[in-house]
Amino acid sequence: MVNKNKIDRRCFLKWSAALGGGLAVSSSLLGCMDKLKEQGIITTEKGFDGFIIRAGCPAHNCGGRCVLKLFVQDNKIIRIETDDRPTDEIDDPQLRACVRGRAYRRRQYHPDRLKYPMKRIGKRGEGKFERISWDEALDILAAQIKRVKEEYGNSAIYIPYGTGSYNQINGRQTAVRLMNLLGGCLGYYNSYSWACISQATPTVFGTNITGNQRQDWLSSKYIIMWGWNPAEMRDGTNSDFLIKKAREKGAKVVCIDPRMSMSAVALADEWIPIRPGTDVALMSAMAHVIISENLHDKEFIDKCCLGFDHSQMPSGMENEESYTDYIFGRKDDVEKTPLWAESITGIPRDNIIRIAREYATNKPSMLYQGYGMQRRAYGEQPVRAGCVLASITGNVGLHGAWASGLGLQAKDGGPFWNAFPVGGNPIRDRIPVFLWTEAVLHGKDMGKEYGVKGVEKLDNDIKLIWAVASNALINQHADVNRTAKILQDESKVEFIAVQDNFLTASGRFADLILPACTQFETWGLEDGWKYGDEVIIMPQILEPPFETKSDYAISSELAERFGLGDEYTEGRTEKEWIEWIVEQYKRTRFPKIPSLDKIKEENTGVFAHQITEPEIAFDAFRKNPRSNPLPTESGKIEIFSKKLFELKDPEVIPAVPKYIQEWESPFGKEAEKYPLQAMGHHYMGRVHSTHANNDWLSELFPQRVFINPLDAEKRNIRNGEKVKVFNDRGSVVLPCRINPKIMPGLVDIPEGAWWEPDEQGNDVGGCVNTLTSHRWTPYAFGNAQHTIMVEIEKYGEVS
Amino acid sequence: MKQYAFYFDSNACSGCKACEMACRDKHDLPEDLRWRRVYEIAGGQWSQDNKLSIPELVAYNISLSCNHCEDPACVHACPTSAMQKREDGIVFIDPEKCMGCKYCSWACPYDAPQYDKRTGLMTKCDFCMDYIDQGKEPSCVAACPMRVLDFGELHAMKKRYPDKHVYPLPTEQLTKPAFCISQHAHLKGKENMEFSILNKEEVS
Repeated sequence: MVNKNKIDRRCFLKWSAALGGGLAVSSSLLGCMDKLKEQGIITTEKGFDGFIIRAGCPAHNCGGRCVLKLFVQDNKIIRIETDDRPTDEIDDPQLRACVRGRAYRRRQYHPDRLKYPMKRIGKRGEGKFERISWDEALDILAAQIKRVKEEYGNSAIYIPYGTGSYNQINGRQTAVRLMNLLGGCLGYYNSYSWACISQATPTVFGTNITGNQRQDWLSSKYIIMWGWNPAEMRDGTNSDFLIKKAREKGAKVVCIDPRMSMSAVALADEWIPIRPGTDVALMSAMAHVIISENLHDKEFIDKCCLGFDHSQMPSGMENEESYTDYIFGRKDDVEKTPLWAESITGIPRDNIIRIAREYATNKPSMLYQGYGMQRRAYGEQPVRAGCVLASITGNVGLHGAWASGLGLQAKDGGPFWNAFPVGGNPIRDRIPVFLWTEAVLHGKDMGKEYGVKGVEKLDNDIKLIWAVASNALINQHADVNRTAKILQDESKVEFIAVQDNFLTASGRFADLILPACTQFETWGLEDGWKYGDEVIIMPQILEPPFETKSDYAISSELAERFGLGDEYTEGRTEKEWIEWIVEQYKRTRFPKIPSLDKIKEENTGVFAHQITEPEIAFDAFRKNPRSNPLPTESGKIEIFSKKLFELKDPEVIPAVPKYIQEWESPFGKEAEKYPLQAMGHHYMGRVHSTHANNDWLSELFPQRVFINPLDAEKRNIRNGEKVKVFNDRGSVVLPCRINPKIMPGLVDIPEGAWWEPDEQGNDVGGCVNTLTSHRWTPYAFGNAQHTIMVEIEKYGEVS
Repeated sequence: MKQYAFYFDSNACSGCKACEMACRDKHDLPEDLRWRRVYEIAGGQWSQDNKLSIPELVAYNISLSCNHCEDPACVHACPTSAMQKREDGIVFIDPEKCMGCKYCSWACPYDAPQYDKRTGLMTKCDFCMDYIDQGKEPSCVAACPMRVLDFGELHAMKKRYPDKHVYPLPTEQLTKPAFCISQHAHLKGKENMEFSILNKEEVS
């Protein structure tokens, strides 16, 4: 999720064969709680006959990082509460867990936990396996890695994107460290979350660090939550709470979203539904109003921007289309008026005019972009257009303002993610992460036209996949039926290992299953994800049950098979790595952090910075743009991007941000067959596909097709009936929920439910990716999974 | 006499159900027992005008448990005195005396007492009275990520939060619930709209 280059640079560790002292993975027979008790780090409370320990909530890819207060009795977690530090102030609010953390026992003690290593016995994808020993399992994986290395080379090996386990020493990076020791593997850039926004924000600002620290939101007078739903997806623990506080201080909050989201209900003064994929039409019309009515910040634009109008175009490009040329239709004869935008966005022109005026005059104001709108066709455009709106209104480098874009936190980009050293990848080949199925099918043909970096053409097709904590092989990648077909062909990917807590939809396609323990069953550590200024410790609380092992232990034992055990572990246990990481933090971002033992003793679970004077992104630039230029080519905010212009693909990669009709659109011919747009929003009951099998969560947040009453009525669909949602790529069969909080013309199938095809090929699990497309965006090579059209019809009996 | 009460600010409730899950986890409730429920409410409709669809909607959430009423219908209805009211106003069930006759659940307008088919006894929110006695907050209150749930003494809180109860709550006259609420601001002037529960499946 976070810029990988930066992490690698920051956390680079020189490998030294001199380090190390034998494999030291913990495997004590003593119960963990007994060990903790010996170390004097657990407390208890009146009325409870057991131990209490505060620890980080197991880290998935939710965007929150919270503290759990775990009640442990007889080596079992019997109750989960949350951060109960005595103060709960704005500068360091309690990290209260959401419903997912509170329901964690049902995941931890789920009867379907993977218990033993297994190998495939049926056809690939059939999901038939037999139990084998760890020795056999690791021998198989080691032999396959060796074979593929020798037969094809390291670049035929791929460790896919996976965020199912996502703390310092749990997750895919444990495997990446080993592969790098073994000569590397095919690398990737981008993520499924932020592809367009992380590539497009720097085309405007030269950086992704465009966000003020969150406490500064309380200085804002007007906040647009544009496709941003922090209450549900948790874009940083407490982001929703801080917006609430900003509102209490007088900020008006407007939510622009196709759904009246949980955030719209709880945080917004006003909800403005917008047709998905038309955000740039609205942004352009707002710019039209702002510029026409002279509400733009001319002084700031003169000093700090490039390409706003013809007077400030890069040299040699004076006659090209500036931003105002586009807005006023000087080249394309289409003026981007509120009336023009009304028919595209579905928002009445008067509302467009009013919102534009309010945003431009109630300063400082914030336009906070969510990420859903950039996981779409031409997802680069709303990112750039949002940054431009912030810039032309001068909402950059000020308290209470927000420059838009990715919004990593000033000054240093926020918490660094991976301090655990993965080493450098000797293989230079890198693909955009979303194009991995292309690299399976025809990797050797792929060059820069597919976004390949590091080499002219890839050296190999992908031949071996080792997926750690990843359900992105099937479930979370686009077009599940297509991916399933690709993976079923054993002549393409010759070997697939999947390492996880459960047999996910991806796991069904494995040749080898490695059962990983949960994050309660080994040591870990998490930081505040995108925003927080805290370090949260995750002591080992339970022993790994059955034959499960930690991701680190699995890689350590595999390393031994290559004679690299010492190099891999450097003699450290999981806990010793966490101590080592705390030391790295002490030297960098958290100079006052106590030792790990001290944090444990205090048993708050967390060491936090108080934020009393929030950092402001671009403050130096704002004060003196000449002496503090941006890291763009011009040193200014590039409303017109010379870099994009030079790509010479203006229809899809324009140099100024433009509204481009999507490739599957209600305005296209495809709408005759498939008239409804579909989306898969991040659901409160899951973290992507994690917790999809948690019964407590599915009961409170059942998987349903959400549809507006008007669309249901047209199709004679009644509430609760089973419906079939389909397009040319597949079909999903689920009960529906008629709900006026979604706009007409749109259905919502919350993402992350596990794919479960029935005999007719209908997905009765309700995975939205059964319907999504693998087509990627033109500039970032990012996923455009939200851009899809479908039809919906009644299916079978009332459920 | 002291009377404990819950306070709920509907304005900033996102409907995340952390409160409901905290309750379930603390009391180890099986799935068919819901001591606290979060109701997703909406009223109004979409009007279609000149090809535009315009929402005229009001939506809010209500997190509701037993209201530990001042005039508790369940206590009056209980034939065995199992349903009791403490000095501090908390209404609880003495499992030694309960015989699972369900009279309390029929009497309660909030569907608070619920029958546990595993034990054959009635159950309900007990205000986490074990926590109260230890000087701690009820589990749901301590859980709320938006800090919209609180508890305190009814009459003091009523002065601070005088709002009338809203749909789907029954009239306060029935049982004098120890429950204070701040209505969602979007409701102002729209109280007479027709509202419905969108998530019946999750609250039944």
